[in-house]
Amino acid sequence: MRTWLPLPHTSLLLLVVWLLLNQTLAPGHLLLGSVLALLIPLLTMRLRNPQPSIKRPIKALLYLFLVLWDILVANMQVARLMLRPRLQLRPAFVEVPLDITQGFPITVLASTISLTPGTVSADVSADQSRLLLHVLDLEDEAQLIATIKRRYEARLREIFEC
Amino acid sequence: MPFWFELIVSFFLLGGGAFILLGSFGLVRLPDFYTRLHAPTKATTLGMWGLLVGALLLSSWNSGMLNPHHLLIAVFLLLTTPVSSYILAKSALHHRLDWGTQTRGQEQAKRYMDDH
Repeated sequence: MRTWLPLPHTSLLLLVVWLLLNQTLAPGHLLLGSVLALLIPLLTMRLRNPQPSIKRPIKALLYLFLVLWDILVANMQVARLMLRPRLQLRPAFVEVPLDITQGFPITVLASTISLTPGTVSADVSADQSRLLLHVLDLEDEAQLIATIKRRYEARLREIFEC
Repeated sequence: MPFWFELIVSFFLLGGGAFILLGSFGLVRLPDFYTRLHAPTKATTLGMWGLLVGALLLSSWNSGMLNPHHLLIAVFLLLTTPVSSYILAKSALHHRLDWGTQTRGQEQAKRYMDDH
């Protein structure tokens, strides 16, 4: 069983996306989708490098809603900055030391930072211990770093248990 | 189609369009590459979601069933927007693209230019 279905979640996701894209539950598509959902993970297995998986799905869902809310706030903020008659920006590069270690959690954190108010992630240090951000309008560096660590990184550490 | 439904659909379409317009406006107005990255990264996500919700409502009403394509596009956008903005910022750094003189933390950014 293990060898035939190495990545059950990926297989399920592939099948669901296939059916949604084709907007059908016809048996032909179910069959074709299932074959693809089985084959693609088997073929791409070797390309993967192991990543920590989501250990707390409910917390992950709550995290998603938090990010969605922050995206809304981020847009309002950008809109407000853009519409000021005179641009008053305090752009800055800020380095955030990372407590989380592996590739996938860092990717999620960097993506979150890019979508949430005022910050875009620009680079990860070679040893993956620091994240470089560009901030559009920086008020207080220490406060920004503390917010990111508390609001996002601490939650991701719980979700991935790393 | 009742008037109230048309109102809801147009709210989402116009709202989404407004955010995308703001994002493009930001591209024109902001001073350097790194600040310009902010506007479209955020605005396209929410703006496109607005358009997609509008389109989802309209096409679902017309076809009489939920039309999932738009939701898939929204999810794909959520996953790909931050990645492309990250790659743009990173390659800008490695090409030593200039930033505005009043940008703080320049020393930190310079260290990343020759990193890996």
